[in-house]
Amino acid sequence: MKNNRRAFIKLAGIAAAGLALAPKAMASSGASPVKKNPAGITAKRWAMVIDSTKLHTKEDIAKLAEVCHSIHNVPHIEGNQNVKWIWGAPYAQAFPEQENPHLAEEVHEREYILLCNHCENPPCVRVCPTQATYKRPDGIVAMDYHRCIGCRYCMAGCPYGSRSFNWGEPREGLDLSKLNPEFPTRMRGVVEKCNFCVERLAVGKLPACVEASEGAIVFGDLSDPDSDVRKVLRERFTIRRKPAVGTEPGVYYII
Amino acid sequence: MLEIALKGSKRYYGWIAFLLVLIGIGSMAYVNQLMVGLKTTGMSRDVSWGFYISQFTYLVGLAASGVMIVLPHYFHNYKKNKHMVIFGEFMAIAACVMCMLFIAVDVGQPTRMLNVMLYPTPNSILFWDMTVLCGYLGLNLMVGWICLEADRQRLPHPKWLKPFIYTSIIWAFSIHTVTAFLYQGLPGRHYWLTAILAARFLASAFCSGPAILLLVLKITEKFTTFQMPKDAVKTLVKIIMYAMCVNMFFFLLEVFTSFYSNIPGHMHPIIYLFSGAHGHHELVPYMWTFIGFAFLSIALLVTPKLRENHKLLPWTLCILVIATWLDKGLGLVIGGFNPTPFDTITPYMPTGKELLVSMMVYAIGALIVTVLFKIATGVKAEMGHSQALPCGCSTEDFCDCAEKAEAAAEAAATVEA
Repeated sequence: MKNNRRAFIKLAGIAAAGLALAPKAMASSGASPVKKNPAGITAKRWAMVIDSTKLHTKEDIAKLAEVCHSIHNVPHIEGNQNVKWIWGAPYAQAFPEQENPHLAEEVHEREYILLCNHCENPPCVRVCPTQATYKRPDGIVAMDYHRCIGCRYCMAGCPYGSRSFNWGEPREGLDLSKLNPEFPTRMRGVVEKCNFCVERLAVGKLPACVEASEGAIVFGDLSDPDSDVRKVLRERFTIRRKPAVGTEPGVYYII
Repeated sequence: MLEIALKGSKRYYGWIAFLLVLIGIGSMAYVNQLMVGLKTTGMSRDVSWGFYISQFTYLVGLAASGVMIVLPHYFHNYKKNKHMVIFGEFMAIAACVMCMLFIAVDVGQPTRMLNVMLYPTPNSILFWDMTVLCGYLGLNLMVGWICLEADRQRLPHPKWLKPFIYTSIIWAFSIHTVTAFLYQGLPGRHYWLTAILAARFLASAFCSGPAILLLVLKITEKFTTFQMPKDAVKTLVKIIMYAMCVNMFFFLLEVFTSFYSNIPGHMHPIIYLFSGAHGHHELVPYMWTFIGFAFLSIALLVTPKLRENHKLLPWTLCILVIATWLDKGLGLVIGGFNPTPFDTITPYMPTGKELLVSMMVYAIGALIVTVLFKIATGVKAEMGHSQALPCGCSTEDFCDCAEKAEAAAEAAATVEA
């Protein structure tokens, strides 16, 4: 093609037409419609109340952790590069700023179940540079494992130590014959944590730990005054971890 | 001007080859890290940032430091710095590149790094840190290169560049402020959660950065005809002295606030670093070395006789660099993660592979500095700017050593006659 004025005008015209069409094309390729499962359960603000008078032994917590970790394909890795969604810790570690030297011995020696707090003001979401971790409209703090770049800023940001990083290949810590095919395994180099079982809520099931806790964990909609969680919170004295940091955790503990 | 970097002595090429070997060795460790993941490092669930991020933090200070030469020159019309400015800018380029590389080797999924730009997230300080670092790199590349090119053609620096130069001076402060914001906005990390962190970062940057720059320029003087003007060095050392004093003053403010308030969360990291906690004393010797060296360097800097002793100065600067590195390149990150959110201690030490990868990044930085300084000193030599005189002064000193020597020789001759 000769480089003359006519050719230039032609090209410019085509380019202009492309520019005019682009926004339409982009818009049509955007959010695809989602067909919701009618059985799914929804809430405005999911929350959890843990009754530590019922659930407080290492064995009980290990059982719940096992259930959670097996359905979410959480790898088992020895040492301090481990990955965990649910675990137990004594009072001094779970509530370090709310300790007193004359605490009832029994309360002090209980094991408390720890998991992501699904905060109202999650610092992990605030610091994530790619929106790989985000807060859903129902209050659950979720992760996109495919967008995470593995910078671990969220781990520095979380005041509760609720996040784990896949330092190595997670499948090396999994029994491949016992994988749950309904939940993805992760790749190395991304962060993960408890997701309040969003995949189960979507099909109408309660979170696995709640189901396995035999009533020691209550789960429900915090914004609904008639929900189970609100009922328990009205009747029992509860505390949350590190109230001073202003994150407003969605996990409450009956002491 | 790049051709200047291609023409060099055997020693120059030998040094470049040496750096390439280091880069090669380090990159093998990096390839291994890419293949198996970051488990090759000493980092853990509790101490999730380590040597890489602390080197990044320290080097942002180096990047920002060139402004201590540039600012007096442009804002105070301090002409003695005229031929030093380019080295500040070129050092900033190398430091910015090293900072970016330290982030790149630290992320778990480096192939996805562009997600930071594809999904820009203004509420994340990391997004802003990337923005200010890229901006600062671009500004210094442009300003440095164009000014040097103009010098070489014996032309005045283009007028349109002025706004960019002024912007880059303000920008230098922003890069270290934003880097401090990475840390100081995190709830529950008491060692970092302090309003003075950004100010302390700047103070430590403005002493450690120019100190490193001076040391590198001292080495440059050994291998080229370039000679720093005496007064420029004097001024820069004074700046280093004041910045180090301010840095340690800020540190003491930190100690006062923590211990007078008696708030456990504020005291624990400092207690862990300086006397150990829960049976862990790994960092205690390093942190006391930091304190010892910091005050030693201040003592050597505030005493005029010692400060102006050119034999002693490189040692003073080395002591200062070690002190600030132990503080910001080691204690800062580990002290932020320990005690952990569970009030426990998880010790951290970098692994050999981690150090090899870091060596690779530092060697790349050294390579960039070598090439850029070679170009800058080459142009200075062509133009006869800031060159070494036989008497040991610089041509910018306008000394009368030669005349004095001549007069002395004449006097000696007349006495003999």
